[in-house]
Amino acid sequence: MTDLTQLGVKAIRDGVARGDFTAREVAEAFNAAVAGAAALNAFIVTTPDHALAAADAVDTRRAKGEGLGVMGGVPIGMKDLFATKGVQTTAASHILEGFRPEYESTVSQNLWNAGAGMLGKLNLDQFAMGSSNETSWFGNVNSPWRKAGSNAAMSPGGSSGGSSAAVASRIAPAATGTDTGGSIRQPAAFAGISGIKPTYGRCSRWGVVAFASSLDQAGPMARDVTDCAIMLEAMAGFDPKDATSLDMPVPKWEASLNADLRGKKIGIPREYRMDGTDAAILASWERGKEWLRDAGAEIVDISLPHTKYALPAYYIIAPAEASSNLARYDGVRYGLRDLPERAGLQDMYAATRAAGFGDEVKRRVLIGTYVLSAGFYDAYYTQAQKVRALVARDFEQAWAQCDAILAPTTPTASFPIGSLDKDPLTMYLNDVFAVPASLAGLPAMSVPAMLNADGLPLGLQIVGKPFDEQGVLDVALAIEQRAGFEAQPERWW
Amino acid sequence: MSVDKATVAKIANLARIAMDDAALERMVPELNNILAWVEQLGEVDVSGIEPMTAVIPNHLRLRDDVVDADPLTGGGKRDAVLANAPAAEHGFFGVPKVIE
Repeated sequence: MTDLTQLGVKAIRDGVARGDFTAREVAEAFNAAVAGAAALNAFIVTTPDHALAAADAVDTRRAKGEGLGVMGGVPIGMKDLFATKGVQTTAASHILEGFRPEYESTVSQNLWNAGAGMLGKLNLDQFAMGSSNETSWFGNVNSPWRKAGSNAAMSPGGSSGGSSAAVASRIAPAATGTDTGGSIRQPAAFAGISGIKPTYGRCSRWGVVAFASSLDQAGPMARDVTDCAIMLEAMAGFDPKDATSLDMPVPKWEASLNADLRGKKIGIPREYRMDGTDAAILASWERGKEWLRDAGAEIVDISLPHTKYALPAYYIIAPAEASSNLARYDGVRYGLRDLPERAGLQDMYAATRAAGFGDEVKRRVLIGTYVLSAGFYDAYYTQAQKVRALVARDFEQAWAQCDAILAPTTPTASFPIGSLDKDPLTMYLNDVFAVPASLAGLPAMSVPAMLNADGLPLGLQIVGKPFDEQGVLDVALAIEQRAGFEAQPERWW
Repeated sequence: MSVDKATVAKIANLARIAMDDAALERMVPELNNILAWVEQLGEVDVSGIEPMTAVIPNHLRLRDDVVDADPLTGGGKRDAVLANAPAAEHGFFGVPKVIE
């Protein structure tokens, strides 16, 4: 029998529907793979019973001849930023350790309704703040990838590092991610998998632990473009419980996939050719252009003049929103409480937050508090929101010349754990290509392109017009078909 | 603009994060590095530009004016609301004494 853990979303769903194997067999195979991969530290908690129960429900429905759902029989990893009823939800923080939500996030509920099951809650950077999965209270995630000839632990990217590691190592066919400033696309690129951040508002934020609400957006991470299309269809949809949810029907992305790009124009933003970008990354970008020409697209040069200012604007806006969102962790309603001897209420707040937040979270809350404080608000926050409007306008103007944009996902391949964590600024630069699309709320995807000389994956990024996930998926599919990226990490765990 | 230790102490107090001297000392250069870097936004000509408030144009909806319009976010959920409280007492959130 085939090794079921080698199958992706579509192969599992269709195989279960055909009766090639049962959903229970799939769940058992992945539960075993998860149990055998503790060295990756990809999961904070595992939920094999949840996966089995969902699988049994699908098998029962099949026996009765009922529909199995878009994700019927597919067990997935759930980033531990989504509230899951009765299952610990921590955002990889100490302050939420032991928190068991009384409710289910809309996105996870949508997935269960579509027939998916849960293998466990995936590790991440604490409160999704980080680009290397080194800020988790529950320890670093180790990438399944290593440099050729080296045993050094490599970063799976972040913040969705547990998700990227789990999918790349074949211990989950797919996983949820969230992307605030690149947290789906950068780890997908580092791990040689696909991941899409849809248009802001496509996926409900209800029940997703909030980082920066005007940027946070959930999306799928999977082995290929088709699997992403399938899973995004299951995750997306209007939700009255999220004030910024898009009240639009969910398109049939999977059925409409089309890699024929004749008549399409693909923009190449000249400002993305930055100093310090790895030569192999630039080479992969050139290959990407050739692949898209081969698919029938016309390549056009475009300009996004405010690109350079997107990242600093992001590092004002995101911390500002985080400082406000994280005010809720006060040791009163849920999570950790640190009550020193004879402490009053204010001291309890301060002690709880000091004990419960990691260094990177504190740094961002302090930056956010500062830029929002009296006397500095206009100079920092208002200015950043104006720059954000200009970044978005750059994209709007570009759409007059092209249908989608091709760029690298990251300026470098994955790096060894511990190599960048001394200087927050160097770490932030990882997201320099990812952040502009986040600020503009646009759909954006990373798709594997090739391996570099060290044997590490490199990703290409496609950015699309608002609501045009289809256009993004189609360009990604054209690249996928030509890149022929089949590499898998060699098992060491 | 740059921050000194006293300013960081003030921000930490506003953010309700207890920080000892050593932590404050460590944070000062880290915050200054970040602030010096975001300073470049001052170069951008933003005349006539409105600060962005919504990334995708969206109008706020009103829910139906009925009790428990959504059973998950409606009322009557006291026990669920208190289920994760570190110190729930008598159906309330328990906190240290705030009145002398």
